[in-house]
Amino acid sequence: MSNLENFRAEVSEWLKENCPPSMRTPMVEDEVVWGGRNAVYKNPESKIWLDKMGEKGWTAPALPKEYGGGGLNSDEIKILNSELFKIGARPALNSFGIWMLAPVIIEYGNEAQKMEHIPKILKGEIRWCQGYSEPGSGSDLASLSTKAEDMGDHYLVNGQKVWTSYADQADWIFALVRTGPKEPKHSGISFLLIDMADPGVTTKPITLISGKSPFCETFFDNVKVPKENLIGEENQGWTIAKKLLQHERNFISNFGLAAGGGGDGSKTKGVVGLAKTYLGEENGKIADLDFRSRVTEHKMKEHSFGLTLQRAGDEGGKASAASSIFKYYGTEHNKNRYELMIEAMGNKGFIWDGDEAESKEKAITRAWLRTKANSIEGGTSEVQLNVIAKRVLDLPA
Amino acid sequence: MKLVLNEELQFLKDTASNFAKDKAPVSHLRKLRDEDHPNSWDEGLWNEMIELGWTSILIPEKYGGSEFGLAGISVVLQELGKTLVPSPLFATGVLGVTTINQMGSESQKEELLGKILEGKITTALAIDEGSHHEPANTELTAEKNNDGWVLNGEKVFVIDGSSADLLIVIARTSGNKGDIQGLSAFIVDPSSKGINRRKVPTADSRNYANISFEGVTISVDKILGEVDGASDQIHKVLDFGRIAMSAEMLGNTEEAFAITLNYLKERKQFGVLIGSFQALQHRAAKMFCEIELTKSAVIAAMHAADENSNELERLSSLAKFQAGTTLHTVSNESIQMHGGIGVTDEYDIGFYLKRARVAEQIFGSSTYHKSRYADISGY
Repeated sequence: MSNLENFRAEVSEWLKENCPPSMRTPMVEDEVVWGGRNAVYKNPESKIWLDKMGEKGWTAPALPKEYGGGGLNSDEIKILNSELFKIGARPALNSFGIWMLAPVIIEYGNEAQKMEHIPKILKGEIRWCQGYSEPGSGSDLASLSTKAEDMGDHYLVNGQKVWTSYADQADWIFALVRTGPKEPKHSGISFLLIDMADPGVTTKPITLISGKSPFCETFFDNVKVPKENLIGEENQGWTIAKKLLQHERNFISNFGLAAGGGGDGSKTKGVVGLAKTYLGEENGKIADLDFRSRVTEHKMKEHSFGLTLQRAGDEGGKASAASSIFKYYGTEHNKNRYELMIEAMGNKGFIWDGDEAESKEKAITRAWLRTKANSIEGGTSEVQLNVIAKRVLDLPA
Repeated sequence: MKLVLNEELQFLKDTASNFAKDKAPVSHLRKLRDEDHPNSWDEGLWNEMIELGWTSILIPEKYGGSEFGLAGISVVLQELGKTLVPSPLFATGVLGVTTINQMGSESQKEELLGKILEGKITTALAIDEGSHHEPANTELTAEKNNDGWVLNGEKVFVIDGSSADLLIVIARTSGNKGDIQGLSAFIVDPSSKGINRRKVPTADSRNYANISFEGVTISVDKILGEVDGASDQIHKVLDFGRIAMSAEMLGNTEEAFAITLNYLKERKQFGVLIGSFQALQHRAAKMFCEIELTKSAVIAAMHAADENSNELERLSSLAKFQAGTTLHTVSNESIQMHGGIGVTDEYDIGFYLKRARVAEQIFGSSTYHKSRYADISGY
């Protein structure tokens, strides 16, 4: 047996012993695990599964073992994922810390910061949120004005962040702050880690067009932040911020792929299943031929997009500009998918509440509205197109 | 299946890239067009391709070929597509080789593949009969009598049809129009009595012929493989052709886009480079995304062919659709972004558009392949 086959056997054996039975069933919305100091585990097996995976370092299989990661190479990660997929395992942990922050601390943080923060992220002990946008700084993020004044042994932070996802449930926030008010706008920004439990931090939820949302406003009122919480050098936060955005775009772009489980065949899963259910079938085909044609085109684009994500991985994942392509395409594609789903459902697609529609149907309605933010958050589609034009195609400013 | 090119393929691609740039820039095609060349391809250039071993790429080692597979010939055609090089490589090196290899008997393979490999013959696959590609609609008949097979009917838009030394004719040996069953393939000498070949001048200045068959009698051993045997194989042969054509179209797309980007970086209006206009930048960025998707689909499809994957049909249709729709957009935008000079014959970009539309409809338009993909996927 080759090393990889051995590894597959080990993984399979370990999963057999350690993945609790209920963690092999489709995810239920209120059992999604985000971890953190205040996490409530409605299903106790979620916590067991998180701890087991956290111990193995498999919540972040690519990260180094010394910081609590799995230390696996890309072939081993593929095997781990395929074995998890095989048994229908739920994700042990959803985490902005893993998706965005940990890779950045690995790259820019000092040894003490790595040892302090990364293991807690990977074990789900500390939940993070992102403090980037401000009311006056959306697409023009570098114009941000939340200020951090140098007070000798600490920074004094004052200002407001917006679109901070799950800020009301997060333990810590990684924030962009202005430390160089006299510098040019890109050169006066620092990347700061702030404990949300510190005095002066408050949050307020934002309601979206979909009816609810994880988004908040976060306010900083004379918050004292120790200097050891600065990642990288003072006033070099913009470089780190951009790197983190690439990680964010990479995970948002996965929205472009249809969610796993159920497949397109089942009744309310996927746009093809919905079309056949609500528009009917003739000889096994979606009865409305115009709609069938549009769905097919959508699915073909999705197929090509999936192959492109795969190819980027096979080529060794040259990130940077590729992340803009994936973010742009993935989010626009996801919006289109939900438009098709809503259209397939007809008037069933607009039921907001009550018992006249199944909860799955109502969830699609809400999700349709939520997708409208996909091409805005993490850099708008227009910003991504600018990045592609300038950095990939080298078009003049 | 890794969606990358190995060293061997990369080497073939680089060789073809240098060949196209050095020996056959677009001026080569322009010259053939301007002199109204009878074959629409150059014999000297073709001999150089034979010397380079390109006719042997798809031929199995067993018959003396190099067996670099569909991926091998696809990357070559992709590079030739960048300067729109006309040659018999597609009709002979892809369609001829694949049809004979898929359908022929052992002795037919040995004889014919050997001749192709050595560059002794070129071939043409005569399949379409109407204005749109649909193999099941074959009406040209082959009937057996005491002298052999007798062919009656009409083929249109046969690629290299007026220059090929050998025609491979798809004919109906049973069943009716609309039925994919009942088809057979025949090896026909184009100088046979009863054959009338008419070269069709086309927008892309390549070699196509409409060919009528009136009581064309060929000996009984000229059937390629079994009676009614083409039905099961024809789509596989066509899928190889579709994928290789998608690769050529990708090359066309990449180069038309590159030429256009360069133009955006040098053309000034209103005192600035037009490439600084966001309206043009965003359209260029969107095209770039589609080109990336096309690359992925083409690479996946050509590897699927070589790995005998059961996804071949779906990926073939995906590649042809993706290449077709992307090239359609890019060829139109290339003209528009060039402005006035884009619609002059003196400038090369128009050649890319003319080739684009013809290639889009070869062996099934984007609409055809969208519909086929939907059927295969059970939509």
